[in-house]
Amino acid sequence: MRNRPAAVARCRILFRLSLVFSAVIFQETFACPQQNNSKEELLVLPGEVGRFGGRMVVSLRGEPKTLNPIIAADARSREVIGVMQADLIHINRATQLTEHSLAKSWKISPDGLTYTLVLRKDLKFSDGQPMDADDVLFSFRVYLDENTHAPQRDLLIVGGKPIVVRKIDAQTVVFQMAKPYGAGERLFDGMAILPRHLLEKPFEEGKLGQIGSPSATANQWAGLGPFRLKEYVAGQRLVLERNPYYWKSDSKGNRLPYLDELVFLFVPNADAQVLKFQSGETDMISQLGAENFSVLSRQRNGYTVTDAGPSLEYNFMFFNLNDVSEKASADLQRKQKWFREVKFRQAVSAAADREAIVRLVYQGRGTPIWGLVTPGNKRWNDANLDRPARSLDRARTLLKEAGFSWATGQNGDSTLQDSDGNPVEFSILTSSSNADRSKMAALLQDDLKQLGMHVQVVPMEFRSLLDRVAQTKEYDACVMGIASYDADPNSDINVWLSSGGTHLWNPSQVHPATPWEAEIDHLIEEQLSARSFDQRKKLYDRAQEILAEYQPMIFLASPDILAGAKHSVGNFDPAVLEPYVLWNVEQLYLKNGRENAAR
Amino acid sequence: MIRRRKVKIWLLVLGVLHSIVICAGFLAPYDPVEQDRKNPYLPPMRVHIVDARKHFHVRPFVYAFQLRPGAFDQYVEDATQPRPLKFFVTGDRYRLLSLFAARFHLFGVENGRIHLLGTDAFGRDQFSRLLFGGQISLFAGLLGAAFTLFIGWCIGAVAGYFGGWRDDVLMRVAELFLALPWLYLLFALRAFLPLTVNPLQAFFLIVAVIAAVGWARPARLVRGIVLSAKEHDFVRAARGFGASNFYLLRRHILPETSSVLLTQAAILIPQYILAEMTLSFLGLGVPEPVPSWGNLLSNLQQYSVLVSYWWMYLPALAMVPFFLGYLGLASALQERPNPYKIERRSLGSLA
Repeated sequence: MRNRPAAVARCRILFRLSLVFSAVIFQETFACPQQNNSKEELLVLPGEVGRFGGRMVVSLRGEPKTLNPIIAADARSREVIGVMQADLIHINRATQLTEHSLAKSWKISPDGLTYTLVLRKDLKFSDGQPMDADDVLFSFRVYLDENTHAPQRDLLIVGGKPIVVRKIDAQTVVFQMAKPYGAGERLFDGMAILPRHLLEKPFEEGKLGQIGSPSATANQWAGLGPFRLKEYVAGQRLVLERNPYYWKSDSKGNRLPYLDELVFLFVPNADAQVLKFQSGETDMISQLGAENFSVLSRQRNGYTVTDAGPSLEYNFMFFNLNDVSEKASADLQRKQKWFREVKFRQAVSAAADREAIVRLVYQGRGTPIWGLVTPGNKRWNDANLDRPARSLDRARTLLKEAGFSWATGQNGDSTLQDSDGNPVEFSILTSSSNADRSKMAALLQDDLKQLGMHVQVVPMEFRSLLDRVAQTKEYDACVMGIASYDADPNSDINVWLSSGGTHLWNPSQVHPATPWEAEIDHLIEEQLSARSFDQRKKLYDRAQEILAEYQPMIFLASPDILAGAKHSVGNFDPAVLEPYVLWNVEQLYLKNGRENAAR
Repeated sequence: MIRRRKVKIWLLVLGVLHSIVICAGFLAPYDPVEQDRKNPYLPPMRVHIVDARKHFHVRPFVYAFQLRPGAFDQYVEDATQPRPLKFFVTGDRYRLLSLFAARFHLFGVENGRIHLLGTDAFGRDQFSRLLFGGQISLFAGLLGAAFTLFIGWCIGAVAGYFGGWRDDVLMRVAELFLALPWLYLLFALRAFLPLTVNPLQAFFLIVAVIAAVGWARPARLVRGIVLSAKEHDFVRAARGFGASNFYLLRRHILPETSSVLLTQAAILIPQYILAEMTLSFLGLGVPEPVPSWGNLLSNLQQYSVLVSYWWMYLPALAMVPFFLGYLGLASALQERPNPYKIERRSLGSLA
C-alpha cells in the first residue's frame, strides 16, 4: 500500500498532516475539538448532516443463517453482520482505500512485518460493555483457532505462519507476520472484533458455533457496528435498532447512526424484491438486474434509480481441464483433447460476441471484459491488456491451425470436426436461477454455431452445478460469474493459484498442471510479499496477460451496479463494492425523519 | 344428423389449424433460432396500406423500427423507411414435413425484416417461433396421447377380457397411477434422465414421460366396456362356434371401444399439449433455442418481461383455438347416443 503518515496518534499532528494527506485523515482532525465527552474519540465522517429517527426497510435475499461472524459463510449473513460489527481498519467502499476504523492510527514497520494499531479510547460494545485490546486479542485468537474453522483463518496465515498478536497496553496492539503481506492493512477489513465478555466462556467450552443465531435475545449478542439486534421473526424479518454506543459522528458532532431502526425483510426472489420496492414496502434496493432497472426507471414513482458504474463481477466461460483420465467417460476424454488445445480456447474467445452480451444481457449497462480485473476496479485494471474485437475469421484460422476442419452436412450447415473426424459437440452448464448467465450461454451457443460447433446449454440448479464443477467434474464447459469482494485482486487469490478451490477449470491442484499455471502461481506468490503498489500491479498485469493468452477462463462481461432508493432516503450513495447500498448505513437517514440533527 | 355435421366442422377447424403449423417453414418468414442481435424486444410491426403522407398503396408495407435515442428497447416507427410486403420470397432454408428442403416463404420484405409478432430477447422472430413451436407442442400432444391410448387400450382389454387375478393386478396398478401426483412425478422422472440430451431425444423423452403417466384412466374405461361387451349374446355365440380369444377381441369386442377412445383422444391431446408446455415452461422440456410453446412462455417468468413487452403473451393466445377445437370435437363426439358413461375430466387436472 502507499505509505501512510507514521505515528498519527495525536490530533494536533494530524491536523497539520491532513492538509497534505488524504481525506480519510482529514476526518480525524475534527474528532477532538467537538467531543461532548472528552474521553471518547469519535470518528467524524464528512458529508451531508442528516435527520435523526425513522425506520428503514430493505430486502434481503433470504434468512441470515447466523449473526456470528466466525461461522457466517453465506452472503445474507455477511450482509447483516456488516451493519452489526466493526473492524480495526476498514476499506472505504467509495474510494476503495483503507481508512481508520476502531483503530485510530496504525504504523507499519519498515520491513513490513510488524503492524502497530492504536485503538480509539473508550469504545463500547452495543450492550454498553467497554472494549479494549483484550477483545482484539480474543477475536484473533478465535479466528486463528483451528477447531473453530473460521473462514477468516486462511487470510490470517501469511507466509505459512499464523499472525502473532500482542498487546502493548489497553489501547495498543501489535500484529507480527512471518512475511511481508502485499495488500497490507487491507487484511483487517471485515475482521469483526468480537465481544469477549459474551463469547469467552462458550469459546473455552468449544460451543462458539452455537452462539449468535438470529433468534438470540438482544442481550446475548453485541457488536461494535452501527446497529444491534432488536427482534427476529423467522421467515419474515430481522429488526435492528440503533446502537447508542456507536463510535462515529457526523461533521456537526452528532453521534451516528441517524436511523432508529433498520429492518431486513426476507425476500428470496429478485423479482419479488422489485415489486416490494415498487410498492413502497422497502426503501432501498440493490443488485438490480438491468431489465428490472429499466422497468423501475420507466415507471419512476417517488424513487430514484442509479447506475453506480462497472462492478467487480466478472462473468466467464471455462472448459473442464481437470485431469480426469481414470474415471471419466471416453466421451469426456475425447472432448478434453479439444479443450486442452490452447488454439481451440483462443478461437472460442475470438468468436464470443462480448458487445452483444453487454447489449442484450445487460441492456448496455455493463462492460465487455478480457481479464479477471474488471474496469470497475479503477486502480488495478490493466489498461494495456489486449482487447481483440470479435473475429470469426481469426477463430477459423486458429481452429485450422489446430487441425480442425469443416464438413458440410446434408442440409447445408457446416460442422466442425477434429483431426479424427469427430464432430465438435459439447454442453455448457449454467445456473438455472440466473437468467443473465443463461442468456450469455444462449448467445455463446449461437456464436459457436457459426464456427460449426454444436453446443447445448444445460441450465442446472446452482448447487448441483457447483457439485459437478468442483466435485464430480462431469461437465464439458460452464458459464459462471464471481464478484470480488475487495478491490485488491488478492481477494481472488483462490482463482489465481492452481492450488485454490475456485481455480475453477482445474481446482485444488497439488502441482501446477501446466507451465503457464506454474508461472501464474509464481507471479502471485511474488506479489504477495512485494511491498509497493507498482511492483504488485506489474506482477498482476503479467498474470492477466498469461491468462488472456491461454484462455482457461474466457472472460465475457461485467455488469454495472444498479441500485435504487426512495427520494426520502438521504445520503444514498451506492458503491461498486459489497454491501452496495448499506456501506454507509450509519449516514443514511430519512428526509422526513423525526428531528433535525441537533440532538 | 346434426351431430355428424358438428364433428365434421370441428375436424375441419382442427385440420386447418394443424396444416398451418405443419407448414410452419413456408408460412414463417424466418428461421426460428436465427438471432438478430441489433433488434431485441422489437414490438409487433403494423401492416400499413396508407403511408404517413396519406397516400394509398396497393401493396401492403411495414415501417422499419428505429431505436429511440438512449433507450435499449424503446422503438419508434421510421416513416422514411417503408418496406413493401413481398410474397413467395426466397429466404432461410427449411424442411417441409421434415422431408423436402425448400427456401420459399409465403411472405417477407426486402432490405429488412418483418416481425408480425415482434421479437424476443435475442431478436428472434416471435411469429416464426410460434409456428415452429407449435410443431413441437402439438406433435408431443398427439404422439403422447396416441401412446397413452395404446397402452391403456391394451391393458384395459387384457384386464377386462381375461378378468381374474390379471384384472386385479392391472387395476390396482392403474389405481396407483391415478393416485400419483402428476406434476411431481414428471419432475422426478425428468430429473433422473440425462442432462445433456439433444432436442430430438428430449422431445421423445417428454412424449414417453407424459404417455407413461396417463394410461390408467383410458385403461379403466376400456376395461369397463370390454367387461360388458364380452357378455353380449353375439360374443357368446361366436365363442360357442369356437372363436379364439384373439379373434373375439379383434372382431367383436374392441370395436365397441372406438367411441370411448376417440373421445378420450380429443380430451387427452390438449391435456398433453399443456403437459409439454408445463415441462418446457419449467425448463424441463425441449432445450433452447428450439422453440416450443412452453419455451416461448417461459420468458414470462421474468417480471421485467411481464410488464414491459406485451407481445410475449401472444403464444398463450395461440393455444386457445387449438384447445377450443379439440374440446368442441370431444363434446360433439360425446353427443352420440352412447350407452357408456364417459368421465369428463377438467382440462387442468394434469397441470
